[in-house]
Amino acid sequence: MRIQNHPILKFEKGRRVIFTFNGAEVEGCEGEPIAAALHAAGIRVLSHSRNYKRPRGFWCAIGNCSSCNMRVNGVPNVRACVEPLLDGMIVETQQGEGAVGSGIDG
Amino acid sequence: MDKTEILIIGSGPAGLKASLSAAGQGAEVTLVERDPFLGGQLVKQTHMFFGSKEHYASERGYKIAENLSREVKEHPGIRVLCDTTALGYYEDGIVSLESGGRFTVIKPQALIIATGAQENTLMFPNCDLPGIYGAGAVQTLMNVHGILPGKRVAMIGAGNIGVIVSYQLLQAGVEVPAIIEAQPRIGAYHVHASRVRRMGIPIYTSHTVLTAHGRESLEKVTISQIGPDWQPVAGTEKELAVDVLCISVGLTPLTELLFQAGCSMAYIPELGGHISVRSDTLETTVPNIFVCGDVGGIEEASSAMVEGSIAGLSAALNLGFGVDSYAGKLAAARRELDDLRRGPVGEKIRSGLERLSSFREVAQ
Repeated sequence: MRIQNHPILKFEKGRRVIFTFNGAEVEGCEGEPIAAALHAAGIRVLSHSRNYKRPRGFWCAIGNCSSCNMRVNGVPNVRACVEPLLDGMIVETQQGEGAVGSGIDG
Repeated sequence: MDKTEILIIGSGPAGLKASLSAAGQGAEVTLVERDPFLGGQLVKQTHMFFGSKEHYASERGYKIAENLSREVKEHPGIRVLCDTTALGYYEDGIVSLESGGRFTVIKPQALIIATGAQENTLMFPNCDLPGIYGAGAVQTLMNVHGILPGKRVAMIGAGNIGVIVSYQLLQAGVEVPAIIEAQPRIGAYHVHASRVRRMGIPIYTSHTVLTAHGRESLEKVTISQIGPDWQPVAGTEKELAVDVLCISVGLTPLTELLFQAGCSMAYIPELGGHISVRSDTLETTVPNIFVCGDVGGIEEASSAMVEGSIAGLSAALNLGFGVDSYAGKLAAARRELDDLRRGPVGEKIRSGLERLSSFREVAQ
């Protein structure tokens, strides 16, 4: 669902890269936000709520609201709506709150 | 420790103009922006602005952002720090910053807070389903990243943002079956509203969303008419099959730093919530801390730019810069602001500002 022709705008996208979402390979454009790449690939559920495990997508898309927090390369609570996509990233829906230091100290 | 004469937090329309006007008076400016690019939410505005030439009439928002950003980057008196988030304000006047996982501190002589606003949410059953997004979020996805939010998108809110984003959705090839507005009348400027109507989008006034449906993400919404008591009218329910619902029900200023700094705040619903009490030159109740743009009251980009100029000029004056040219430049900016707030569209802003000014003596 990428825009091909727009009457006003031209989109300068980065090169195509491959990353994984919960283990499955997904294609996106380098440098675009992770959540944007996932959305373009039809993936809208980014996390689950803490208590009732309800599906959550992004809400504000500008790094404000925490609705899109995901695990990226093992680091929890990454704001997927503003974190730029890189080749080979390991992106996962986060379970729970994530622990301090997890993924950073290995 | 890093030092600067004037620190400006946020590079939207207000912060960009504040930087240029303060640096133009001879002050040394540091501008911090948490995004990798300058421009704030102007970067996703594809519609043309109104007003006079000084207000960038007939220019599209993202072009204004490009031009101002270039001017700021080329200005020798402005140091630009992108990818940098202001984390906190401390009692000794120090501001802490984070960039790329590194924590630093900076001490400015004057501080201009131009942090903008965030979108309001709306409560109804299943309002947390993926596919229910802020209208601004959809604009970012579509106009900045070139990705369609969905196939069929309903819009809640017929204010300027709701109506403009609906039009932009059509431009991008998305179906918009309805704009739903709880008020009995359309809030958007006439020119925007009549354009979406000409394109065939119905605007349902005195309507609200009752509930959203869907398992993993949004599949449809139930809307209904509401009566003068703001309660749903039984028997008027309608179902709309949509994969995205955009919520455009106003903005709330991002006031964390103002509260932290101990600025006196007043609750002014017309301006979007808690607003910092300030002088006519936009200085808060904490000396040398200024506020401009949406964080100082929800308005729009044109007035945010003029407020930015006023805050930049006045912060520079406090440090002794531009004493001779100040009065003339301030008067010109004042006139522009009055022009922008004139008439029925500015009524809410004017009454909010009047109420805010009544808090000044209390604060002193």
